Amino acid sequence: MASLVSNVSTLVESGLRGPALAPRRALAFRLGAVAAFVALWSALAGLVVAFKLFNPIFLPGPWLVLGSLAELAAKGQLWAHVAATLERVAIGFGTGAALGVGLGLAAGHLRPVRDLVEPVVEMLRPIPPLAVLPLFIVWVGIGEPSKVGFITYATFFPIFLTTVTGVRQMDPVLLRAAQSLGARGFRLFVRVILPAALPDILTGLRLGVALAFFVIVISEFIAAEHGLGYLINDGRNFFLVPQMLGAAVVLGLLGYAGNGLVRLLERRLTRWQHPA
Amino acid sequence: MRTAATRPAALAAALAVWAVIAHGNALIGVVNPVLLPTPLEVGRVTVDLAGSGELPRHLLTSLGRVAQGFGLAALAALGLGLLVGFCVPLRLMLEPVIEFVRPIPPLAFLPMFLVWFGLGETSKIVFIGYTTFFPMFVAIAATVVRVDVVLLRAAASLGASRADLVRRVVLPAALPGIVVALRVGFGLALFVIVGAEFMGADAGLGHLIMEGRTFFNPAQIVMGALALGLLGSLFNTLLLAAERRLLRWRAAA
Amino acid sequence: MTGGPKIQIRRVSKAFGAGARVMPALADVELDVAEREFVCLLGPSGCGKSTLLNIVAGFLSPTTGTVRVDGRPVTGPAPERGVVFQEYALFPWLTVTGNVEFGPVMQGRPAAERREVVARYLDLVGLRAHAHKFPAQLSGGMKQRVAIARALANTPAIVLMDEPFGALDAQTRETLQDELSRIQHLEHKTIVFVTHSIREAVYLADRIVVMTSVPGRVKQIFTVKLPEVRDRFAPEFTHYEAEITSVLREEVAKVRE
Repeated sequence: MASLVSNVSTLVESGLRGPALAPRRALAFRLGAVAAFVALWSALAGLVVAFKLFNPIFLPGPWLVLGSLAELAAKGQLWAHVAATLERVAIGFGTGAALGVGLGLAAGHLRPVRDLVEPVVEMLRPIPPLAVLPLFIVWVGIGEPSKVGFITYATFFPIFLTTVTGVRQMDPVLLRAAQSLGARGFRLFVRVILPAALPDILTGLRLGVALAFFVIVISEFIAAEHGLGYLINDGRNFFLVPQMLGAAVVLGLLGYAGNGLVRLLERRLTRWQHPA
Repeated sequence: MRTAATRPAALAAALAVWAVIAHGNALIGVVNPVLLPTPLEVGRVTVDLAGSGELPRHLLTSLGRVAQGFGLAALAALGLGLLVGFCVPLRLMLEPVIEFVRPIPPLAFLPMFLVWFGLGETSKIVFIGYTTFFPMFVAIAATVVRVDVVLLRAAASLGASRADLVRRVVLPAALPGIVVALRVGFGLALFVIVGAEFMGADAGLGHLIMEGRTFFNPAQIVMGALALGLLGSLFNTLLLAAERRLLRWRAAA
Repeated sequence: MTGGPKIQIRRVSKAFGAGARVMPALADVELDVAEREFVCLLGPSGCGKSTLLNIVAGFLSPTTGTVRVDGRPVTGPAPERGVVFQEYALFPWLTVTGNVEFGPVMQGRPAAERREVVARYLDLVGLRAHAHKFPAQLSGGMKQRVAIARALANTPAIVLMDEPFGALDAQTRETLQDELSRIQHLEHKTIVFVTHSIREAVYLADRIVVMTSVPGRVKQIFTVKLPEVRDRFAPEFTHYEAEITSVLREEVAKVRE
């Protein structure tokens, strides 16, 4: 174990982070690691086939996963499923975000709104949104509205809470400075409170996107005929594990892209936080 | 926004709002009253299921899965997290792979776990383990890496060897972060167990909730959801208290 | 007293980064520090004085040049060179006692001896009553006193101090300067003290090394001929301050460009 840890000189110079790598070298390292992972996976899958360890359908190699995705794409089905999932996430998240930010700003700023909304949020907050999914299905059936409504419900909470926090926990010194410079009422809100709350709001949005992708799958397992979640669960019937893995990977990519988009938005809107 | 004093008041207010809406609806009939169960109806279902032993059975089943899955994941996350935190080359190699796998929602793997491990307890436990492993592992590794250099320098100037630095500086310094990671991981386990018990399960709170849908009994769904909320709250409070005791040195007098 | 300087800094330069992003911090620093001397490194922000201290401490290695202590080259941190940091660097999970006895614990000293040492140095800094508190319960001034006790309890020959009073308010700062002065007259360590306060330097130091702006090198060395117990308002004191201020002003102006 001892030899795995850096020596004292390195530890006192740069801590456990280790010395910084040149960017080109770091990139090479990363690509190499991913390549090694894929290679290991392929090797394991190959071993299973070669030595007949168990039914190879349980550990398909990366080529099989890609193959099944390609097949679905060729048949024109992949896009339909991707689109279905994306649409639900987009509409659900969009609605949840609009409600969360809107209500959050109001609740953060205006006492009466807060007093009205706080009790309900307090009661619903500890309940995992997943637990409420069947209720949505009972209420609205197994069509689109139940899934979109569920995503809206799930994403509402983190966004609402971070928005309220962002508004309420802004630095009082900034507030006083703005007021002493003559800002009042609506203008104070738009020009001072809102920008100050923006980083927290954007963090909430990022959490919301992650949560949306996190929960969409389960609703597509239970009550859908299209979508990546449906593809995954449907694969169970005929042990189409490559399809299941493939759809999961695509889902991961979409989640990653969604997160990236919000981060991009974050960087543009809060450029003042990261100069140069 | 929330103080200890306002929370029970807020909950009581919420309960009142719910009662008013539900009972009001039952009177006026805006929507089918079955769809909007009143607190009394939910209470009745709770008592029924508790009395028949159903509720405790499902509750314990869910908790058992959470405990086992989390336990395994915690051990793995601790072992690997510390290892990766200490060993720079290992971290550089694993980081990109983790970045690749992490964005995939764990629930997306649930059907695969059902295929691999069947419909029994194992698949649920493995699923909980998988779901909680990654966030805990990443957080623990990050906490180790983030140990302040200045503490290492101070210890080294006082004569600490490499082993001393590991045992007497890095580990104690990382402990708060590790504890938080475990607490959050446990919360995550409670968060996803429901979903895991929606399909391919015949026991557990998630199954109970799903039954509520199958037999058109929204009161049962609401009961299950509230039970989960209470469970989560309870554990969160307990774990926070334990954390505060363990890390007494953090609080300023 | 051995012959030769306690600390020898020869042609030390330090640059961070590589290739196009090289940031020079120090260039060709030459300095001798005699045993039991109190030397202040004074200079504008970013002039590399902390970097120089870190090199002497053994936390960083110089790009070129050597640092020798008692004739032997410095290869890393060691108990002979105790360090006091601006951020206190106290171990938050240990009590005051636990912090102060850390060095002796590392050296494997028996418990009885450790108790004695801890008591002695806590008395020296006047914190005996707080022996069982945690750092989170202490004020900034108290924390720094614990840090000083911790460094001294390990009986280093050299104490390196990196703007130790920089994070404290003016009153506490002056109190701790008085205390450090008193402690030095009892302990007679070799001290290298980094600061950007001229007043502090004149109050504490036997010699003041004024450094240039980045990349730092030695600009001028002042020998402070004042009595052991110094009066901050004596005309001689103010005279030194004025002289050093004008030398420093040139370098500060360069930083502002």
